[in-house]
Amino acid sequence: MEIALSVQNLSKKFGDFTAVKEVSFDVEDGKFFSILGPSGCGKTTLLRTIAGFYEPSAGSIKIRDKDMSGVEPNKRPVNLVFQHLALFPMMNIFENIAFGLRRRGEASREIEKKVNDILERVGLPGFGNKKIDQISGGQKQRVAIARCLVLDPSVLLLDEPLGALDAKLREHMKVELKKLQAEVGTTFVYITHDQSEAMVMSDHVAVMNSGSFEQVGSPQELYHNPKSSFVAQFVGNNNRLPVKVHKDERGNFLARYLDGRDYLLEGEYDLSSGEDHDLFIRPEAIVINPPKESEVSNLMRCEVKAILFDGGNSRLLVIPEGTNEELLVALPQNKQYDNIRVKDKVEIGWNKAAAVCFKKVEFKIYDDV
Amino acid sequence: MTMSRRKKIKWSFFVFFIPVFLWLFLLIVLPQLELLRMSFLKTDYYGESGVTLGNYLAFFTEPIYWLTFVRTAGYSILVTLVVLIIALPVSFYITKVADFKITNFLMVLILVPFWVSELIRIYGWMILLRESGVINHFLTSVGILREPVEMLYNDITMVMGLVYTTMLFMIVPIIGVMESLDDSLIEAAHDLGAKKITIWRTIIIPYIMPGIMSGSIIVFMLVLGSYLTPNLLGGKNSIWFTEQIYNQMIIYFNWNQGAAFGFLLLLLSSFIIWLALKLTKQDWRTVIK
Repeated sequence: MEIALSVQNLSKKFGDFTAVKEVSFDVEDGKFFSILGPSGCGKTTLLRTIAGFYEPSAGSIKIRDKDMSGVEPNKRPVNLVFQHLALFPMMNIFENIAFGLRRRGEASREIEKKVNDILERVGLPGFGNKKIDQISGGQKQRVAIARCLVLDPSVLLLDEPLGALDAKLREHMKVELKKLQAEVGTTFVYITHDQSEAMVMSDHVAVMNSGSFEQVGSPQELYHNPKSSFVAQFVGNNNRLPVKVHKDERGNFLARYLDGRDYLLEGEYDLSSGEDHDLFIRPEAIVINPPKESEVSNLMRCEVKAILFDGGNSRLLVIPEGTNEELLVALPQNKQYDNIRVKDKVEIGWNKAAAVCFKKVEFKIYDDV
Repeated sequence: MTMSRRKKIKWSFFVFFIPVFLWLFLLIVLPQLELLRMSFLKTDYYGESGVTLGNYLAFFTEPIYWLTFVRTAGYSILVTLVVLIIALPVSFYITKVADFKITNFLMVLILVPFWVSELIRIYGWMILLRESGVINHFLTSVGILREPVEMLYNDITMVMGLVYTTMLFMIVPIIGVMESLDDSLIEAAHDLGAKKITIWRTIIIPYIMPGIMSGSIIVFMLVLGSYLTPNLLGGKNSIWFTEQIYNQMIIYFNWNQGAAFGFLLLLLSSFIIWLALKLTKQDWRTVIK
């Protein structure tokens, strides 16, 4: 597979502040690659550096094996879909899409054909004469993407283009965008702070935190095998339990939680640098009142604090006995748990393989108050 | 209930409307109407007698009059263009390039000269430029010039003075529009392959066109109707159309002729503005907003 975009040891500094630290990654041709991170993690800086608006402080960017250092944005074979789309208000839709082609000096008959083709492709046939303010948010989105795709870029960069849309439309556009990418086969590099957008659409996701990549992998890898505390917290939902890890006489690693009990852990831990760890258990990996004969490795006694009904995404908010902590537990809507009430005592269980444990680190996630 | 409410609104409307109306009607509309009436009257040795179009015809039959007008209009257009060419990069620098901390300072720098009356500023230029002035003194003492040169009383100095006195009125409306231009539009154009000059041509100028047109109209009208600057800096060789009106009214005491010239100035300048709006395909309503 050909490499469409290759970034090696890229750093970008603004004065004393390092926005991007030694980032390296390759994107294969035709793939949907996402960079996921909280606001202020440097993902927009990285994208703008690839687009050519910033000169990197160190490292290299190669697009289809051509080094891009010193190449102006208007000469790069990449195009950027802006966060607020940046459609030209003084032009109609046809002229917006034709803009890049005209700059290349293509013949007007050729331009007309290409623009109409791409309008057809993004599902807006016959929209050419409309003004920008006559179309809806989702349609603007498609015009902005069409304006770039018509130039047949090696890589299409997207800077959180769904951020400004309302929730329902965003859900819809996620699927739409993924379908469009599969159809046109252009390499997409997409940045977002919304993990669901990244997971649904991408072939590969890079999780970015304070300027560097924490982990790069498929959405499944990130979800099932997070390599760091940050990834475990940021990708998908997770319960974070402060624990102290120790080793028993049989060589098992155990995590002692605030309730004073030990829970079995999977794998080996290096305890030389302290015992403080964070145990991550996903709400959907927890079973409520597991049957006695089942083989769950860990059981915990809790009290129900609240039932958060949200259809298929319903959850139980529970307090482990003897603590003030709160845990979220998935509540399947299969009538089995309908008898659970607030203040009930429940037992929750999880398999040791379904939980991950990392050395305690401090980090900030924007929506983690 | 509804009746009394409606009455109340009407009553308060008149409270605010009447002073404005009186101001406009008594001080602007009435004198204008009187001038309009005068412009159609004939004057002979015995006073005013009869209605005539002669005052207007005189403008077209006497080459000195319409040539002065053509000259005035031509120079006004030239001044407007020069002001525009200087104002574009200045406004762009203030709104898009300069650090936002010094933006206000730069605006004050542009405003400060306008706190001083036009007369004082023009005298300032005269002190600098005249034969025994500061610049001549400097150039002769350094040795660049052997003897002082008269820099006043020519067309170039006059144009420069007019550009200087009207610059603010172009920069302010352009900055107003340019501030609302999203930077990402410029970046998007750059990203889609446009060079700097193309970005100006296809994105920035079309976007700020309403600002350009309102600035141009203000500057054009100010220059066309200005009296002080062309008179003081232009001297006797560069006569301005307003000076013709002044001469008719004050020197020849021919108010009828002066009134006719005044209306011709109004009509012709309105026509030029209408033509400019048509040529640039701008809507009058968006421009005055």
